Amino acid sequence: MFTTLLISIAIINLISVFLALIMVIADATIGNYGVCSITVNAGAREFEVLGGQTLLRALNQEGIFIPSACGGRGSCGLCKVKVLEGGGEYLPTELPFIDDEERKQLVRLSCQVKVKTNVAVEIPEELFSVKEFTTTVEKIRDLTHDIKEVTLRLEDPNEISIKAGQYIQFVVPEYGDIDEEVYRAYSVASPPGDASHVELEIRLVPGGICTSYVHEHLKEGDEVTINGPYGDFFLRETDAPIIFIAGGSGMAPIKSILLDMQKQQNPRKAMYFFGARSKRDLFLLDEMKALEESIPNFTFVPALSEPLAEDNWGGEVGLITEVVGRMVEEASSSEAYLCGSPGMIDACIEVLGKLGVAEDRIFYDKF
Amino acid sequence: MANFMLPFSIFFASIFTSNILLTNYLGMCSFLSVSKELKTSLGLGAAVVFVMATTTPLNWAVYQWLLIPFGLEYLRFIVFIIVIAAFVQLTEMALERYSEGLYQSLGIFLPLITVNCAILGASLFMVIREYSLITSFFFGFGSGLGWMLAIVAMAGIRTKLKTAKVPPGLEGPGITLVIAGFMAMAFMGFSGMIAVS
Repeated sequence: MFTTLLISIAIINLISVFLALIMVIADATIGNYGVCSITVNAGAREFEVLGGQTLLRALNQEGIFIPSACGGRGSCGLCKVKVLEGGGEYLPTELPFIDDEERKQLVRLSCQVKVKTNVAVEIPEELFSVKEFTTTVEKIRDLTHDIKEVTLRLEDPNEISIKAGQYIQFVVPEYGDIDEEVYRAYSVASPPGDASHVELEIRLVPGGICTSYVHEHLKEGDEVTINGPYGDFFLRETDAPIIFIAGGSGMAPIKSILLDMQKQQNPRKAMYFFGARSKRDLFLLDEMKALEESIPNFTFVPALSEPLAEDNWGGEVGLITEVVGRMVEEASSSEAYLCGSPGMIDACIEVLGKLGVAEDRIFYDKF
Repeated sequence: MANFMLPFSIFFASIFTSNILLTNYLGMCSFLSVSKELKTSLGLGAAVVFVMATTTPLNWAVYQWLLIPFGLEYLRFIVFIIVIAAFVQLTEMALERYSEGLYQSLGIFLPLITVNCAILGASLFMVIREYSLITSFFFGFGSGLGWMLAIVAMAGIRTKLKTAKVPPGLEGPGITLVIAGFMAMAFMGFSGMIAVS
């Protein structure tokens, strides 16, 4: 009896040990890519990383921050870099984001490329200026029932140099069921003049990893890591009249641009259309009114698509595209800056096209 | 002669007459959840074919040469599960290293089918029915193909279904189960041809 017990335990152990041994050997041989070197911009920087990880993560570890709104899941298509050597074949997950022109230039999604051999990459010069910042939450306030304004005070480094309209990435630490750090991109709402603070407007997305973290866990005084700045959504230096269109937390980059215009007393003609569902989704109305008075040629047009009876709304009613179509007669000389959901932006581009705005003068930030 | 033909008849029988999915209802969960699109069901189907065709003879060897000699047949459940899990993990690592393209199309499904009961089912049937090593291979291979056939057929039907009017109460899994029932009945038409034993 005792021996059969021992034998059965021994056999099970033997099988397990044997399989475990195979796995360990496999991990050390098949799964081991050794140390690989990464060469950036033809030798401007060179370093060694452990193979097997993604290029995005490897570059991040070395302090080179490639923008990635989705946090490496291959769904945003932002983390493009040129991989000159050692990138291997294009993967099916990359193809939707890469067009023929980019293919010729060997552009890859760095979150999908695994570092398996020595790799040579080319990265836009400005990404070298992207840094990681440690910050403290100075203030959190409710803008609407589902949008919070979060003010971060920069600690280390204690100053950031951004252009109005650019965005940063918010690093969400492990919390609750989320067992690894994730990054999410948010536009900066504060003007570049205030280099020691970064203000974000974050709308609660049900089930969103970062938005739930900010809305349910983040407190004043907490430490937050961000990196940035990124993006080419900033005011072009021309004299063309400006049309701003935003919805929801798309307010953030426009607000930053407006505050910058106020500081410089920019005389360009500007109209800002802000779309919301009902009055409870509107915010910063007083600030916008003040800006109308202090920026030489600026008009703010809030519009509600579904005003409630108790709103007593006397302003514009309708979808933001209808309001723009109604209020702007001719815009062939204008530039347009849009920030909002992809659906809203696509609809706006269509309307602006009809009003005569050239496509290369429409700048937008989709989220 | 009959002995020589046995593996082949079992191969065809396990595809058509005793399809592991449609006659034994094994591997239902991934069948219902992954059959929305043709391309992904092909990927999952191919992964199942590969894993079934390899783990069934592998488990046969472990069972015949380790468990039976020591009288440990009652441990087959736990042993089969570890063998399948280890093998799948190993395959995944090898694919990731040597065939990036195949890894992208099959790799994501491999961890999913570690717990596919059709895979364990095939190993257990092969024990109950006392197959030989070669027959086990053909049985596993055929069962995998049968499973793939069923899920690909289902994906094809569900693609058509997207534009069809389905009564509200039957949408999603409801109509899929009804269709699976019809498919099982259709496959019963094959049953006179050959039988597994």
